[in-house]
Amino acid sequence: MQNILTYTLFSPLVGILLLLFINKEKQSLIKYIGIATSFVTFGLSLAAYFGFDAANTQMQFVEQYPWIAGLDISYFVGVDGFSILLVVLTTFLTPIALIASWESITDRLKEYVAFMLMLEVGMLGVFLAVDLFLFYVFWEAMLIPMYFIIGIWGGKDRIYAAVKFFIYTMAGSLLMLIAILWLGYYASTIPGGYFTTNLQKLYAIAPGAPMGIQTWMFLAFTLSFAIKVPLFPLHTWLPDAHVQAPTAGSFILAGVLLKMGTYGLIRFCLPLFPLASFQFTPLLATLSVIGIVYGALVAMVQTDVKKLVAYSSVSHLGFVVLGIFSMTEEGIQGAMIQMINHGLSTGALFLLVGMIYDRRHTREISQFGGLAKVMPVFSSIFMIVTLSSIGLPGLNGFVGEFLILLGSFNSVFFGSYVYAAIAATGVIFSAVYMLWMVQRVFFGKITHDENRSLLDLTKREIALLIPVLLFIVWIGVYPSTFLQSSAASTKQVVTQMQNAKSGNVTPAIPMK
Amino acid sequence: MEFFSPSDLIGSSPILALSAFSLIALLANALVKNSAKTVFYISVVGILAAIGCAMYTFSMNATAFSDMLLVGGYASFFAVLFLVVALFSLCIAKPYLEREQYHFGEYYVLIMLSTIGMLMLGASADLITAFLGIEVMSVAFYVLAGYYRGKLSSNESALKYFLLGAFSTGFLLYGIALIYGTTGTTNLLRIVTMYPQAFGDPVHIIGWGLILIGFGFKVAAVPFHMWVPDVYEGAPTPVTAFMSTGGKAAAFSAFVIAFSVPMSMKDERLMLVVAVLAASSMLLGNWFGLSQLNLKRMLAYSSIAHAGYMLVGLASATSLGQQGITFYLVSYAFTNLGAFGIIAMLEKVNGANLSYEDYAGLAKRRPGLAALMAMFMFSLTGIPPFAGFVGKYYLFASAVHSNLTWLAIFGVMTSLFSTYYYLRVVVYMYFREATNTEEIILPKLTFATVIVCAVGILLFGIFPALIFDLMKSMF
Repeated sequence: MQNILTYTLFSPLVGILLLLFINKEKQSLIKYIGIATSFVTFGLSLAAYFGFDAANTQMQFVEQYPWIAGLDISYFVGVDGFSILLVVLTTFLTPIALIASWESITDRLKEYVAFMLMLEVGMLGVFLAVDLFLFYVFWEAMLIPMYFIIGIWGGKDRIYAAVKFFIYTMAGSLLMLIAILWLGYYASTIPGGYFTTNLQKLYAIAPGAPMGIQTWMFLAFTLSFAIKVPLFPLHTWLPDAHVQAPTAGSFILAGVLLKMGTYGLIRFCLPLFPLASFQFTPLLATLSVIGIVYGALVAMVQTDVKKLVAYSSVSHLGFVVLGIFSMTEEGIQGAMIQMINHGLSTGALFLLVGMIYDRRHTREISQFGGLAKVMPVFSSIFMIVTLSSIGLPGLNGFVGEFLILLGSFNSVFFGSYVYAAIAATGVIFSAVYMLWMVQRVFFGKITHDENRSLLDLTKREIALLIPVLLFIVWIGVYPSTFLQSSAASTKQVVTQMQNAKSGNVTPAIPMK
Repeated sequence: MEFFSPSDLIGSSPILALSAFSLIALLANALVKNSAKTVFYISVVGILAAIGCAMYTFSMNATAFSDMLLVGGYASFFAVLFLVVALFSLCIAKPYLEREQYHFGEYYVLIMLSTIGMLMLGASADLITAFLGIEVMSVAFYVLAGYYRGKLSSNESALKYFLLGAFSTGFLLYGIALIYGTTGTTNLLRIVTMYPQAFGDPVHIIGWGLILIGFGFKVAAVPFHMWVPDVYEGAPTPVTAFMSTGGKAAAFSAFVIAFSVPMSMKDERLMLVVAVLAASSMLLGNWFGLSQLNLKRMLAYSSIAHAGYMLVGLASATSLGQQGITFYLVSYAFTNLGAFGIIAMLEKVNGANLSYEDYAGLAKRRPGLAALMAMFMFSLTGIPPFAGFVGKYYLFASAVHSNLTWLAIFGVMTSLFSTYYYLRVVVYMYFREATNTEEIILPKLTFATVIVCAVGILLFGIFPALIFDLMKSMF
């Protein structure tokens, strides 16, 4: 158990190594290797999950080895309540993504599987790193496989989307890099201090930094995360990337990549820069609320189903950011569970849209109608996922949105009901755009003859969706299973923020 | 009076060994028929022998020839770097020149001679040594740039490089003269300890300014960069590969030693000048890089930008910055040699096959080659886990440490431009369909060298301590 995180993190690399020795013509062997590897990784992460002590707020299963001694950079990994579920989400979604590509990807399959596994390493690394340098390495390295996945296997405008995705994300992360350097440098200016990127040491140092420094660093970190989330008005790369990416790419993008931004806000922005966080709470809450409403309104007028789902992500992620900056237990817990929910529901929607696209080679809403008669299984599953996405009680979406709204109403940091009140309209809008789309696609008369001969889901496709549906219902009915893992960590952060608010910032501790 | 002692000979053994072998090679070239291949092997042996000498002297920390040459540590580290670069560039050059039917022994001799100049630069404890090193290196480069004697572009490249190079050396020499005039010494180890008050003298500062111009030219910093694109494009590709990596590293190695003198006085004026040079190199290099259509020209502008990144380390005037420059030079050498190696393999007669278009669909035709090229481009962009990232991290960290945060921010923002043109290579290789389907034949020697380069950038990117541990005794 001691090195479980390292094994989890690098196990996909074993698959990549194996692939190097396989002839690219042996397509099914390549698929089996990819899927088997991702299942092994999933198994390893489950071992970490079941060994995880939710009552403990410390980093667990930590491993630390010096990396670049001169700058106190180390290979330092660990999990706490915020990361454990996201790690499992990542390892859970990756095999699904690979199985989902079973038939749709045949060109350059070997590279595809290798990039998917590389992407998994990058995503896991982001969630596991407890060192800012290590975090940044994974944060950036992960761009490479995603860039290729969009650029090689994407749609018509894939090159534009891939380059835009890359440069947009780079722009944000480069400023974060400067902030990381500044933070390390700041650590060297306090008594007995030295340059460090060790997050645990910085947790003790950074909150005591003067307001001016905190402000700039908070802005640099937040900009980078806000682009990734994406927060309005930095969301413009998202629809392009989502629409152009292949199904599995969109699935991972929505399922995991966007969560890195919101995870970053919880992991870095709040605990490192509490004073600046308070200062920018109104701004970020306003942007989240705008994002919720704007995303929903734009989703409403889309004619392409995939684009609609992409914009709905902007809206849903707005909720998550709102929950985080409410800085209440309910809000942050809701944000955590909403991250998982969005990964499951929106991920599943992208899969479903991909399935219909494989059959019909279009995603235009106007090209469909009456599909419920032709594809009953597909339609029922789509309906369930839709309801989960719009937050029907009993399904997962409700739990997250409800907690976030509750937290926002109660938040002393917002100091106003307005944010929560406007955000709540987003729930209504989401019902409007999703159900309206469902109505036009699945009900009514069959208006296009091509749709009459569509085949319903295959066994493989159903098998793919069943586990997702299982969790959609599980979280909806009994969320405590999942809420309890992040409860203690949430409580700790909220207490810390409340202390900081009342002026009890522990002054920087001299370093050893 | 004794002119030199045995320890001087041991200390300068890398230079002596390489000089001896280059003379042997020159003789062999004259005496043996069809000598090119023989000369190639003699050069390889000579370089390996010099690498052995440099490693042997690494643990010494001394000077030789009355404080004219540094011995061990820094000098040995850089000697190994220059020699490895020379070796790699020979391996890239041999198949290339054979294909171009320009395969003569002189080429290898010239490479060795210029490497001797580099060894002197990396070991310069005195401004005179640095000057000698620059001249020895550059004269060989002038000839190498015009190595395609039948080609107009190559001749233009040589002439341009020679005229501007000679001009810039004049500045360097003038600067040395002013420093000698104000302090009475040209020895870098003595200026500070003996004449700290000289820094109050404007003439002395002007001297350093002129030296800055001389080095700025050699490292290709804006505004002394005018020669770079034409020379890089016109010279034979293996020569460009060697100039852009070895030449730049050598110039920087002496630049760092020389400027550690005024920088140790924390002279704000010089720091600011270097910072402005760094900023303008990063901006213009990356800006003009955006609009290039020819890969060699693109890499020429990229080389200007990379000089800018390294000047950031120099402007910071910290040992962190010096370590950053050193690491960056290693990673840049491996990356650029790899990239130029691939360009050399794909190039066709008369400089054809050098545009982005010609790389379209390479990933389908030659997946391995495309993957290697993509790695080099990502490393140049500065994306982990490749070595280019660690180098940038150190350089920008040093800027932040020296209150030059504006420079660091400026640097990362300009590197965002560079993302676009480096990625463009990847876009063409991976996302476009091939326009040309004829079979690509890869020379094994070059391909093996390129693979070694790629392994290097990955290794140094993931385990940077391999290099940094060696530097502990150096700064």
